[in-house]
Amino acid sequence: MDKILRIDMGAPGGPKVKVDGLGSYAGLGGRALTSMIVATEVDPMANPLGAENKLVIAPGLLSGTAAAMSGRISIGCKSPLTGGIKEANAGGQPAQVLARLGYAAIVLEGNAPEGKLYKVYINKEGVKIEPADDYKMLPNYDLIDKIKASYGDKVACISIGPAGEMKLSAASIACTDMEFRPTRHAGRGGVGAVMGAKGVKVIILDDSGLQNREPKDPEKFREANKKWVDGLRSHSVTGTALPTYGTNVLSNIINESGGFPTRNFKEGKFEGVSAISGETFADIETKRGGNPTHGCHRGCVIRCSGIYVDKNGNYLTKQPEYETVWAHGANCGIDDPDTIAMLDYLDDNYGLDTIDMGAAIGVAMEAGIIPFGDKEGAINLIKEVGKGSYLGRIIGSGAAVTAKVFGVERAPVVKGQAMPAYDPRAIQGIGVTYATSTMGADHTAGYCIATNILKVGGFVDPLKPEGQVELSRNLQIATAAVDSTGMCLFIAFAILDQPETFQALIDMINAFYGLNLDADGVADLGKKVLKAERDFNKKAGFTAAHDRLPKYFYTEKLPPHNVVFQVTDEELDSVFNF
Amino acid sequence: MKLRVKLFATLRNGRFDIKEMELPDECKVLDLIKLLKIDQKDAAIIFINGIHGDFDSLLKENDEVSIFPPVGGG
Repeated sequence: MDKILRIDMGAPGGPKVKVDGLGSYAGLGGRALTSMIVATEVDPMANPLGAENKLVIAPGLLSGTAAAMSGRISIGCKSPLTGGIKEANAGGQPAQVLARLGYAAIVLEGNAPEGKLYKVYINKEGVKIEPADDYKMLPNYDLIDKIKASYGDKVACISIGPAGEMKLSAASIACTDMEFRPTRHAGRGGVGAVMGAKGVKVIILDDSGLQNREPKDPEKFREANKKWVDGLRSHSVTGTALPTYGTNVLSNIINESGGFPTRNFKEGKFEGVSAISGETFADIETKRGGNPTHGCHRGCVIRCSGIYVDKNGNYLTKQPEYETVWAHGANCGIDDPDTIAMLDYLDDNYGLDTIDMGAAIGVAMEAGIIPFGDKEGAINLIKEVGKGSYLGRIIGSGAAVTAKVFGVERAPVVKGQAMPAYDPRAIQGIGVTYATSTMGADHTAGYCIATNILKVGGFVDPLKPEGQVELSRNLQIATAAVDSTGMCLFIAFAILDQPETFQALIDMINAFYGLNLDADGVADLGKKVLKAERDFNKKAGFTAAHDRLPKYFYTEKLPPHNVVFQVTDEELDSVFNF
Repeated sequence: MKLRVKLFATLRNGRFDIKEMELPDECKVLDLIKLLKIDQKDAAIIFINGIHGDFDSLLKENDEVSIFPPVGGG
């Protein structure tokens, strides 16, 4: 992983490939690398869909090694959704394969001429770029079927669906999973629209003939990896809860806490939660012959995903994530697992962020386009996006745009990006993260739910403003570092509680690269990434006024606890004082 | 006193999802957990009427108690 592949999609005479050394980017991976490249090379005032923007795809520092959980990929750019810097993170196979191919990053530069669409094929011999006109407007599943016919199913793909080609600002980038299905998405911030603007439909990664990356100190690395896996397996969240029920085990608990946003963030409890809970999904998957315990990439030992099958036992989609179940479920007043699974499949197929889609439909329901709870109506709205109708393009541009177009005051967004599945009035820590994250409203950027609700890493009362800024700050720093390793963020549950498991992760990085990093060094990396991102956003025009929740979260009380967001502006402005 | 008790995830195995229970007055969460034969380490998150509680929290008539094992997601 000592080179950067740059492809100028707008070069005269067609796409031009250049392979660079790492230069000043040496030692960086994942989010650290995508954010540093974007912050250094992209004009903060660039139009996100313009030729000046770059799309950076980077595996993590430990991707492509034998390290368990190291299959996360970071995709960065200036976001068409937020107007700020973006790192969207996905699982699936591409991180491992790209790392084994030796690339620390692929950087797509320039824009292909309007109407041109390309496929990029990368193997150990090099890079081949060819027109992909026969792939135009193909949904992701159809695209992957075609690729399978030509390249087999041992490759890994990074692709966009019609939403990306239409440059919709909630378009995702799909990564194929272990079964070569396009189910793992870099969902947030409209990264798919940037890939569409570049004119790249799919990147096909072929690592045949290549082995895992070799550590500098194989013995120490093996030892640390063993401790790492033992730590993950022995922690009750990563070892039992996530494998058994998946991420959607949260529906019940967040609902019980009164922070489960229901019908476009109007209430904090959903009466239909039982029907869409993780317990119910796992039960359905087992009874119908699906699978409730399945990893998203090889080398995953947590296996929080699953396979969802329809009533006849046929594959429908991967096990929908908690965020998806909430977004298309409670947030839309829908309590039917099959409808939610279908919406998940459609989002994946057209290449859309499930969070912004659920939030956009919730807004459309509030506007009266369809009523809350309308299952068929919700499916039809996503199908409209796939068709590219005017209505579909509005929905596919996310909750903020949908709210503007239909005159809805309650747009649950920060910096243009929809809030995920936790109401910041009932869980105030996550509100600090939503408000101040460089990414817009993003739960993963500083997952205060761990400490506010799950009692992992201590406990801070979710209903009070005290202690939330410090909690969010520390988690945002730690997350920026973890996102740079290629590690799945769910390792945080184990490392927050078990110092020896955190040490095993540091030992693995040290043994692999021959470094002497300690916990402070990890925190320093996180701070460096956040500072670069903040600086980019500032130059892009963001001020303290953008680090706020929408006004109604300060004034409209959320039942059942009847609370508003109480963290003061001064406190929010102190999050990045480090 | 009468209570509504809700169990989740693995705690449901061999027990129940929701049950109306009759308990002596002055009961604490710990008494309830012992009665249900739940290991203390398995009762990681406790809500009483949607507010975080702990083993020492005193229960009262008509409380709704929700008990979760250690869980996480996102």
